[in-house]
Amino acid sequence: MAINRWRLPVIGVVVALTVAACGGGGSKTSSSSNPDDGTQLTMWVRSATDQFSQRLVDAYNSSHKNHVALTIIPNDNYLTKVGAAAGSKSLPDILASDVVYSPNYTKQGLFQDISADVKALPFYPSIAQSHLKVASYDGKIYAVPHKLDSSVLFYNKDLFKQAGLDPEKAPANFTEMLADARKITALGHGITGFDLAGSCGGCGVYTLFPYAWAAGEQVLSDDGKKVMINTPAFKSIFTMYKQMSDEKLVDSSDKAQDGSTWPANFEAGKVGILPLGSPIVGDLLKQTKFKWGVAPLMAPDGSGTSTFIGGDVAGISATSKHRAQAWDFLKWTLEDNAQVEIIAKNGDLPGRTDLSGNKYTAADPRTKLIADGLKNGHTPFALPFGDLFNNPNGPWVATIRAALYGPGVDQALADGQSKIQAGLDAAN
Amino acid sequence: MSLTTTRAGAEAPATGATARRSRGSAARRPFTGLLFVTPTAVIVAGLFLVPLAILVSMSFMDWPLLGTPQFDGLDNYRHLAHDNQFIGAITFTLLYTAITTVVLFAVAFVLVAVSNSPRRGARFYRTAFFLPYVVGTAAASTMWWVDSSDRLGIFNQALQAVHLTDKPVGFLDTPGKALFSVITLVTWKFVGFQMVVLLVGVQSIPGELYEAARVDGASTMQRLRYITLPGIKPTLALLTVLSVTGSLLAFDQFYVLTHGGPDNSTMTVVLALYNKAFQSYRLGDAAAEAVVLLVALILLNFVQLRLLRTKED
Repeated sequence: MAINRWRLPVIGVVVALTVAACGGGGSKTSSSSNPDDGTQLTMWVRSATDQFSQRLVDAYNSSHKNHVALTIIPNDNYLTKVGAAAGSKSLPDILASDVVYSPNYTKQGLFQDISADVKALPFYPSIAQSHLKVASYDGKIYAVPHKLDSSVLFYNKDLFKQAGLDPEKAPANFTEMLADARKITALGHGITGFDLAGSCGGCGVYTLFPYAWAAGEQVLSDDGKKVMINTPAFKSIFTMYKQMSDEKLVDSSDKAQDGSTWPANFEAGKVGILPLGSPIVGDLLKQTKFKWGVAPLMAPDGSGTSTFIGGDVAGISATSKHRAQAWDFLKWTLEDNAQVEIIAKNGDLPGRTDLSGNKYTAADPRTKLIADGLKNGHTPFALPFGDLFNNPNGPWVATIRAALYGPGVDQALADGQSKIQAGLDAAN
Repeated sequence: MSLTTTRAGAEAPATGATARRSRGSAARRPFTGLLFVTPTAVIVAGLFLVPLAILVSMSFMDWPLLGTPQFDGLDNYRHLAHDNQFIGAITFTLLYTAITTVVLFAVAFVLVAVSNSPRRGARFYRTAFFLPYVVGTAAASTMWWVDSSDRLGIFNQALQAVHLTDKPVGFLDTPGKALFSVITLVTWKFVGFQMVVLLVGVQSIPGELYEAARVDGASTMQRLRYITLPGIKPTLALLTVLSVTGSLLAFDQFYVLTHGGPDNSTMTVVLALYNKAFQSYRLGDAAAEAVVLLVALILLNFVQLRLLRTKED
């Protein structure tokens, strides 16, 4: 009895001390101290960014105690996979998303609010605004740029020369583009002047919207509630593309082209002009078969230029239990070293405007042209963007196909306008 | 997961059975029987009945991806009636089912004739015809997708090499060609199974019947009409049910090979409901479609089995 009488308080004190120590330690790790504590993190990206994301993850893993396990999911299955995982609360710690899908994800509450962390970054003002804008909802920031890319026109200088065209003069309007494509197709041997993806909604958004923006049209309203595709610019665009297809200035496989093998023919040196974007620059820089040039996407009459600022954002999923560690990774990807030595070095665009003049991007006039073009660029916003525009069974793909292979451009655009608008109305 | 549930489920009735045993041997038998049935019952309940109940309740709710579902009565079913994609999918699925079933049977009969002969090499053919069946549908579809591509595919290269065409065919370019490509894929993949099952049926008919018929002067057609066909009727019934059900539930080949295109012309019911659930995130509507499909399948199979049974009598 006597022993117990003093033992109890001692135990009490010890317990209290332990609790205090634990509490202090706990709050410390979750806020300030080193979040690089050997945590296993998971991250999902879509296959469009596979090598890009892999390079970043490898570099982070080799220089940090934390380990990021990267899962690459085919582009087409990304929406469905994320949807299923969200339903069963099994999302990864870090979730990347095509910028155009991100409004839907932020609205559905898939990401954690990271406004305070992002705004505390010393380079916060120079993070790509186009991406931050679509990754924000109700004034809160939910994700940061993961990959930045921009659509442009590529052309094969060797084929231009063979066809008797000036290899230093890229087409500057639709009339020139059509004329150049005809001359190059005339070379024969399976060479085509142009290349288009007739069953790929994402490709259409990426390379057709900029023509319309360059002509001063808006396509989607800022709040993402109105679509405007039954317009003069889209009529010129689809009329020109239909001519390309009807005159067989494109490969026969273009009707069924879903985007998966779209750049293959250009990269093999068999296509004269290809509208695509900065993601293929890395591959083009590596090949030595032919010389290539870059030009901005232009208005049908050449009166302006524009680009689709696409790519991916990455955020911390709502169900992640490793917020501090996941942020450590995201923050690291935005810092100078990763942006310049990993991203820019490979020919990709840095996600910060203050780094657009870095030594790698500035060294090549072609990558510099792409980086400089960003100032005229747009990233469209709409909640059901993936469902309406990227979905292979959606109304935008139907519009493209009806315009190119159906009876007429006018009817296709009128139908597409009303169907896409109906989809926007239903979601807002 | 299912393993542990099964075991837990199996133990509970076991104690019940021991308790009863002392009361008398008369009550023992039914409970021993129950004991044996329990594992299966638990699996069926856990993996089929419970999910089914959830599905049916989902179909009466507005079910968001995250957040709380809300009861919305028959709204989801009302949406279906105005959903052109779903109605188009039903028509297409029925068409596809009809064509596939007929083509599969026609080809399988020919293959049975080839591989049922006592000639040398018959066994080799039998194996060769059956081999594609062991390839997964998704894998086979991916293979077909690459093979039929204008740029990479061997189909086009082969056709051009023998000068049947001078330009790539574009196997997935038009609705007709896309449907044709899918049916060739399905035939290539499933006809081996069909053939083996038919072969077993044909070989189970006693040879004496044929001998007797021949002695009586029956022609080849008569032997086929009065001996072979009646003899394999149960086999035909089984294959028809399998083929019709399988075709109505077709998904992988369309999802991988055509994505429901071109122009949504090859959209099957299951693909439509998959898109609705995971592209558009309208889970309630998708559940309603699934319930409609389930009811239709139950009715159809009931009718099919009835018809085939009365004919047999």
